Amino acid sequence: MENQQLLIPHLFRTEYRKIISVLCKLFGFEHIEIAEDIVSDTFLSASETWGLKGIPQNPTAWLYSVAKNKALNNLHRKKVYDDKVTSELKSSSSEFTLTEIDLSNRNIIDSQLQMMFAICNPVIPPEAQIGLSLRILCGFGINEIADAFLTNKETINKRLFRAKEKLREEKIKIEMPRHSEISLRLETVLSTLYLLFSEGYYSTHQNSVIRKDLCLEAIRLTYLLIENVATDKPVVNALLSLMCFHASRFDARTNELGEIILYNEQNTDLWNKELITKGAYFLNQSAKGNILTRYHLEAAIGYWHTHKDDTAEKWENILQLYNQLLQIEYSQIAALNRTYALYKANGVEVAIMEALKLNLNTNHFYYTLLGELHINIDCHIANQYFERALLLAKSETDKNVIKKKISALNVTTKIKKEV
Amino acid sequence: MKEFLLLFRRDVTPEETQPSPEQMQAMMKPWQDWMGSIAAQNKLASSGNRLGSEGKVVKPKNIVTNGPYVEMKEAIGGYILVKAETLDEAAELAKNCPILNDGGNVEIRMVVAM
Repeated sequence: MENQQLLIPHLFRTEYRKIISVLCKLFGFEHIEIAEDIVSDTFLSASETWGLKGIPQNPTAWLYSVAKNKALNNLHRKKVYDDKVTSELKSSSSEFTLTEIDLSNRNIIDSQLQMMFAICNPVIPPEAQIGLSLRILCGFGINEIADAFLTNKETINKRLFRAKEKLREEKIKIEMPRHSEISLRLETVLSTLYLLFSEGYYSTHQNSVIRKDLCLEAIRLTYLLIENVATDKPVVNALLSLMCFHASRFDARTNELGEIILYNEQNTDLWNKELITKGAYFLNQSAKGNILTRYHLEAAIGYWHTHKDDTAEKWENILQLYNQLLQIEYSQIAALNRTYALYKANGVEVAIMEALKLNLNTNHFYYTLLGELHINIDCHIANQYFERALLLAKSETDKNVIKKKISALNVTTKIKKEV
Repeated sequence: MKEFLLLFRRDVTPEETQPSPEQMQAMMKPWQDWMGSIAAQNKLASSGNRLGSEGKVVKPKNIVTNGPYVEMKEAIGGYILVKAETLDEAAELAKNCPILNDGGNVEIRMVVAM
């Protein structure tokens, strides 16, 4: 009994997304709710039947065969309805033919890839793409998605409902794009996967288990693209490489309380060597071809961050990569990180001059950086910047980081006075 | 925000030889740092291009001449586009251009939409 209680959530996690992709592909976006109902029903039957009769020899096969039967029954009913009712309304005969429902590994992977391209479509907004991806490609429950976005069930339900309607209206098909279109369509898929990863990596969510899950799912989906010949492009390898490098610091960047530990204060023994090795492997793979994307640059920045020693070479390389990244695409965080690299590579005076030009007056990281740069120059000014950062910071974790900096500053000031 | 063209000019002497890859990299660093700084302020509209040293001029009546030659005074070496509110603000950005340390100058012109 206890076994079953652990087994069903586990199977839900691993099998839901496989069955749902195959069935969604079968039913299309027009009847996606039917597919979702069938899979939910299947798991409900499992918990009822297994509770009474015990766990079957091969639980996965059991789920597949029950899901298949339910789907076939439904298609059969639909066909009868279409033939008897709709045909009288002059409609053509049913579009469904009662074929075998293919839950082979190959078809599961193909369906998931096709689904990924169907969901990551610019006709629906990025947050809806991420939401649907979590639901259909990752098998997250509505509650889990709401948790991940720090919002409630209703909001997520509405968001997913509207997204599905839009996909129906636009008659989006669940299929692989034509070969000539893959690179273009891949851009949206990759930016959604990047956002999914960032949601996990940078969100202020206290629950690090949820955050890590999001990152791992993004890695899994990106890897799915790499395993497929048609989508195994250098840019995908670059994205996976940067995810691996970032994720390698996952355990080092928060303490037991879920508070962020800044890069220069991390225990480097906690950096995950396996992920660093994988990141380097995919970075090499990404170097084929002649297109340099922001993912390539961010992966290379990630690579240099895995070097533990604070060498001039390291920070000069990071600085040049940020220079290039900003020329491709501006972001506040890249501008701030560039200024930090400039400080490490070219010294604090240049960095302060450059920082003052950024004018990011509503960004608390901006004032934290300015405070940081002034610590050894003028404690009083540093303190003023930190105080301003504290006023702008919204999350408790961010506030705590700043408060620690302020109290550290006060300690050093006292020591200096006593000396 | 308006866009401004920054045009780099510099005297080129004929005896200048092709730099080695290492020299090239050392030459690029100040340019990358300068452009990175403009980009970090979200004021870079296009990282532009460098221009090759050979050129031709087409004149009326099918006359095509070689040149302007690189040993010419103040040859145009490249350009970028920046975003700024005023000509003065664009000029401010140009003040740190590495070409100024190399005897060159920067011409700033507002881009007027067609």
